[in-house]
Amino acid sequence: MSGSAQGALAHPAVAIASLHATGIQDAAWLLLAFPLLGAVVLLLGGKRANSWGHLVGVAMPVLAFAYGVAAYVQMLSYPAAQRSRDLVIFQWINVGRFHVPLGLQLDQLSICFVLLITGVGSLIHIFAVGYMSHDPERRRFFGYMNLFVASMLLLVLADNYLALYAGWEGVGLASYLLIGFWQFKPAAATAAKKAFIANRVGDAGLSLAIMLMFFQFGSVSFSGVFGAVGSASHGVVTALGLLLLLGACGKSAQVPLQSWLLDAMEGPTPVSALIHAATMVTAGVYLIVRSAPIFNLTADARLAVAIVGAVTLLFGAIIGCAKDDIKKALAGSTMSQIGYMMLAAGLGPAGYVFAIAHLLAHGFFKAGLFLGAGSVKHEMSDEVDMRRFGGLARVMPITWVTFGLGYLAIIGVPPLSGFFTKDPIIDAAFSKGGTSGALLGTAALLGAGITAFYMTRVMLMTFSGGRRWEDGVHPHEVPAVMTSPMIVLAVGSVAAGGFLILGNRLLNFLGPVTGVPPTSHGIWTSAGIAALALVVVGAAIAYALYGRREVPVTAPAGSPVTVAARKDLYGDAVNESLLMRPGQWLTRLSVYFDNRGVDGLVNTVAATFGGSSGRLRRVQTGFVRSYALSMFLGAVLLVGALLLVRL
Amino acid sequence: MVSPAHFIALSVILFVIGAVGVLVRRNAIVVFMCVELMLNAANLAFVTFARMHGGLDGQVIAFFVMVVAAAEVVVGLAILTSIFRARRSASVDDANLMKY
Repeated sequence: MSGSAQGALAHPAVAIASLHATGIQDAAWLLLAFPLLGAVVLLLGGKRANSWGHLVGVAMPVLAFAYGVAAYVQMLSYPAAQRSRDLVIFQWINVGRFHVPLGLQLDQLSICFVLLITGVGSLIHIFAVGYMSHDPERRRFFGYMNLFVASMLLLVLADNYLALYAGWEGVGLASYLLIGFWQFKPAAATAAKKAFIANRVGDAGLSLAIMLMFFQFGSVSFSGVFGAVGSASHGVVTALGLLLLLGACGKSAQVPLQSWLLDAMEGPTPVSALIHAATMVTAGVYLIVRSAPIFNLTADARLAVAIVGAVTLLFGAIIGCAKDDIKKALAGSTMSQIGYMMLAAGLGPAGYVFAIAHLLAHGFFKAGLFLGAGSVKHEMSDEVDMRRFGGLARVMPITWVTFGLGYLAIIGVPPLSGFFTKDPIIDAAFSKGGTSGALLGTAALLGAGITAFYMTRVMLMTFSGGRRWEDGVHPHEVPAVMTSPMIVLAVGSVAAGGFLILGNRLLNFLGPVTGVPPTSHGIWTSAGIAALALVVVGAAIAYALYGRREVPVTAPAGSPVTVAARKDLYGDAVNESLLMRPGQWLTRLSVYFDNRGVDGLVNTVAATFGGSSGRLRRVQTGFVRSYALSMFLGAVLLVGALLLVRL
Repeated sequence: MVSPAHFIALSVILFVIGAVGVLVRRNAIVVFMCVELMLNAANLAFVTFARMHGGLDGQVIAFFVMVVAAAEVVVGLAILTSIFRARRSASVDDANLMKY
């Protein structure tokens, strides 16, 4: 790290004394209570709640959003240094010197997430009313969705790592339940298990980090840990950073724990939009940015975060290029965009704000894209193969326009969201300087071009060209309950980026929590212009390949790279050969050792005693006189022994 | 003059006769009598030593032995009777069911 960057690492959040929440914010527990109540009512209500369950399911996140807006407005009335407010709900753990209050922390960072989760969450809930209208289990679906919202809010509102972990596990559970919502499909059940197991690996990292915090600092609260981390040894801080990164990799589907996200698309599309695009998978980015005081002290862990982000953004983008399943193409894109956020978070204070800005903008356009994909799937009789779409722009104009706006936003066409939020990340990566900065920046730049290619491909294959529909499919525009959330999200996709970045709005708002970049490069940077050029090139290539030619209904053989990307770049194969097979060998070895070694020893001892006692029992002949003889001989021996001792 | 050694010698002879009888005879009643013989040999030894040392302990123990012997005979003969009823035999070698 250069000297000037080190100077900017001092973390302001530590210096801010915690203030108690007052006024409307004093009831911040309502944020958790609304969706939790919804989940309880819907999951315990049984069949009698079937007719009105979805209304409760929609009302709860909407109420939470309304409360979130009120809390946000109140926060704006405070001066910037006093916006972090604490609220202890109850003492959770009180043992010895281990005290964990279940406390909520309303600050600038958590309110951003609250508004994103409840706002986008409400829209997706509304969409799901239409999308799931034919599903007999719609009530259960909304119950799980509300459970997710409650857990996610706990995750971002917690004022200590243990409560954060509870929310972290809660969203993992909700994700598992919702991926496997159609559990009668074996693929969905398998995908749910896969997501759960991959997440467990990451969770192990997070839980180890929390244990290390308690061991080193005697506290798991944000204020306690961040206050003490300055005096910890460099090794401990780096270990904490890497363990937190492992947790983030699991939840955010970053390499090497990325393989579950593509399979998670087996879940209903609103789930993909809310959990596996807009909110839950960004929890890893939240964890890194929230733990900024730790990462600010360890350049090594930051570099690891940035490398993970850069690798994943290319990884996801390449996968997205080859997938014919529209949802999986979007899932690859999600991985890639979260890679951008991780890359930004790995740049330290120079990137935290941009990571959150891209996260919020991504929440809008990716949720919009997924809802668009969902309505297409809904009208195409659950077909997801884009080679079976085509020419949908005329029959589904609203979906086409909203999806198109999301598309323009994600590839970064000015003045839509992605342009404002992605380009600063590329610029910040180059500004890091040195070889690592150049490599990270080049990866981010390349990623922008590939993003343009695969998103143009999705757009053209779905909405343009000839109609390659299966027989008997008659798509129409979806009902208003589904289009209206898409329209709102499309407006967000257009405006969110500019709103957050122009005038440094988000920067000034989040600055007290995350620190500010040492230098500002403005809107038009050379990296941003280069990215735009690459976007044009990527889109042009995609147009040449998929717009000017007719798309074949069956996938062509493709180059080795295409084949690899279709197989998720062998992510599963790597997991199988590196983890599953050795794991099975270890299991077999253990079983062999258990059977032959441990059991062998025990069995040998048992057989020895058994055999010798079998021979010894032949002495018991049943003849009284032989017993008498042995008694007699025994007595003689005894007397002989006595005499021997006497003499 | 009959010395204590004579009594002890008689006691040993009686005990050996009893022990050999227990080991070699098959008739349960004879085995019983031999057991009695051994007990009485022991009694004789007790009494002799009590006289030699001038104490009463040995004489008292002889009474205890007699009581035990009487009780033992009662139980033993009862068992013997029931075995004889069941098997028509008083041979100790015929009652050998309790074995490995």
